[in-house]
Amino acid sequence: MSSKDLILGRVRAALRDAPVAPPVPREYRPAGRPASLDVLVDRLLDYKAEVHRVRQDEIATTVAGLVDGAVIVPPGLPRAWRPAAAVPDDGLAPDRIAAAAAVLTAAAVAVAETGTIVLDAAPDQGRRIITLLPDVHFCVLRPAQVVAAVPDAVARLDPRRPLTWISGPSATSDIELNRVEGVHGPRHLHVLLLDE
Amino acid sequence: MTTFLGMPATAPRGVGNLRGEQTFPAAAHDALADSQLRRNLRHATTTIRGKSGKVIAELPDWQPLRDAGSAIKTDVLARLPELLEQLEERVTAAGGVVHWAADANEANAIVTRLVRETGSDRVIKVKSMATQEIGLNEALEEAGIAAVETDLAELIVQLGHDKPSHILVPAIHRNRAEIREIFLREMPGVDPALTDDPPVLAAAARRYLRETFLSTTVAISGANFAIADTGTLAVVESEGNGRMCLTLPDTLITVMGIEKVLPTWQDLEVFLQLLPRASTGERMNPYTTMWTGVTPGDGPQNFHLVLLDNGRSAVLSDPAGRSALHCIRCSACLNVCPVYERAGGHAYGSVYPGPIGAVLSPQLTGIADNASLPYASSLCGACFDACPVKIDIPSLLVHLRNEAPHPRGERAAMAAAARIMDRPRVYAAAQRAAKLARIAGRRGRGLPPPLSGWTAGRDLPEFPEQTFRDWWASR
Repeated sequence: MSSKDLILGRVRAALRDAPVAPPVPREYRPAGRPASLDVLVDRLLDYKAEVHRVRQDEIATTVAGLVDGAVIVPPGLPRAWRPAAAVPDDGLAPDRIAAAAAVLTAAAVAVAETGTIVLDAAPDQGRRIITLLPDVHFCVLRPAQVVAAVPDAVARLDPRRPLTWISGPSATSDIELNRVEGVHGPRHLHVLLLDE
Repeated sequence: MTTFLGMPATAPRGVGNLRGEQTFPAAAHDALADSQLRRNLRHATTTIRGKSGKVIAELPDWQPLRDAGSAIKTDVLARLPELLEQLEERVTAAGGVVHWAADANEANAIVTRLVRETGSDRVIKVKSMATQEIGLNEALEEAGIAAVETDLAELIVQLGHDKPSHILVPAIHRNRAEIREIFLREMPGVDPALTDDPPVLAAAARRYLRETFLSTTVAISGANFAIADTGTLAVVESEGNGRMCLTLPDTLITVMGIEKVLPTWQDLEVFLQLLPRASTGERMNPYTTMWTGVTPGDGPQNFHLVLLDNGRSAVLSDPAGRSALHCIRCSACLNVCPVYERAGGHAYGSVYPGPIGAVLSPQLTGIADNASLPYASSLCGACFDACPVKIDIPSLLVHLRNEAPHPRGERAAMAAAARIMDRPRVYAAAQRAAKLARIAGRRGRGLPPPLSGWTAGRDLPEFPEQTFRDWWASR
């Protein structure tokens, strides 16, 4: 008997009273409410992200003005966004990525109510490693990508893609249960919210 | 007599971390004498209760979310076999390999074999209750494989040669000064000028682990959720150590209890709202990673999922006890529990402390091995109110107290009490005798042997000078 058969046999035996689960009540607020950019900005700031309202043609100069050194960019990032120090990721070694000053990406979705940005590894966001090792993450967000709450984001995202949900910079609550920003992930998150 | 192999089985003895060396009253007695521990716990649990209450109050639909979370979990348990088979099929289709582990020994053997096959003698780990439960680190160590814990609190516990005392923050019993001392003593290459400022301590962990993250080829994780209809796994974390483990290595091995599966992708909309607010008291935790099998060119190219029973089928077999498997390991019940706040996590003897541990551990091991845990509660009900998936922990505790073996003396005393209370005249006489006991001066000293066991962990109520019956008669 395989362990799979053993476990499933045990579980079926455990359920011999044939419990029938009632339908799941979904009385919580559903997807589809309008999203507020002000709420998103408030929540981002509350979790120590920095927010810049910029036009597309100001992205490169904003990034260049805040960091000195190589800025990793995913291969599909629009050329107009790239600062002079941009280093496109064509399979860069981890050491190279870790040594960069920053990374600049787009995003897939942002959740206003929780101050969350979701990356889905599309060509303008790149491999997960490039947003993990540099100490500064610049993330460009279009207003149309902002949704009201978690159910809206879940509905928009494709689970077959690798997803990274980011709410502020890396943090820990492990010392006396106080939130401290900056452990292993990027210690600085800059959100560049486009004026469109 | 033939043994039917499909009978639900409890977690085996001699492996893992579900059984303590002492009973709860004995262990709690030692913990209560540690005033530093009590100060640390009071500070930490008060902080988290405040944070959590504030962000929960922001959601107008917290109660409907709890109702949905509870109902989804009930549905999961009722349909567990089909959901697990669906999960296996989807993970396999997406390039992962699924393994089934009947108990801790089998899970440890599978993971050890998988690590050996990679040729690595070191793994990086992202905090996982399941792997602590089965004692995976100890098993790997015996096989000559070093397991490096990368979560800050786990690292503090590992460097301090200590045991975890909380589901979410295993080092909750340590304050910043103690953490600084552990780092100074145990962390290779640490700056001797290290202060106890939390950001400085966090930065020390960042420096210490960075090279290990970049040079280790195998990672081991748990899972917060697994989605049956897509094969997606999710790990919720804060520091980025989870992202490191789930992204950088060539091989990822995830060990997950079978009860963690969720039916649909949409169900995440409920649990991603419940878990962070109940757990760390944040609107959303800093990082959540979701992956489905293997993505060419991005992240680990070898993914193994180990599905673990280890007593869960035994929990499931009790209709009155199975809702303990709804737990999403948020630890809200620990943070509101007056017993946990005073006794601390180590007193429970299991990796699952606090109210949920008091109902989960005895069911996973069989009640005989953790018979004192259902009594580690005043039944105040705060845990039920705090639970984001509405596990009625007080009722489970009472149910398990009935299941627990009772000493012969206690059973005899209860039978005698029942006989006395059945006979009004005998009862009146007994009340007068109790008054005599008061006059005889036993107050505060508990009952005499053989009944002294009853009052070892309880205050004997003071008997009034006049019984109600006497007062009524003399009115």
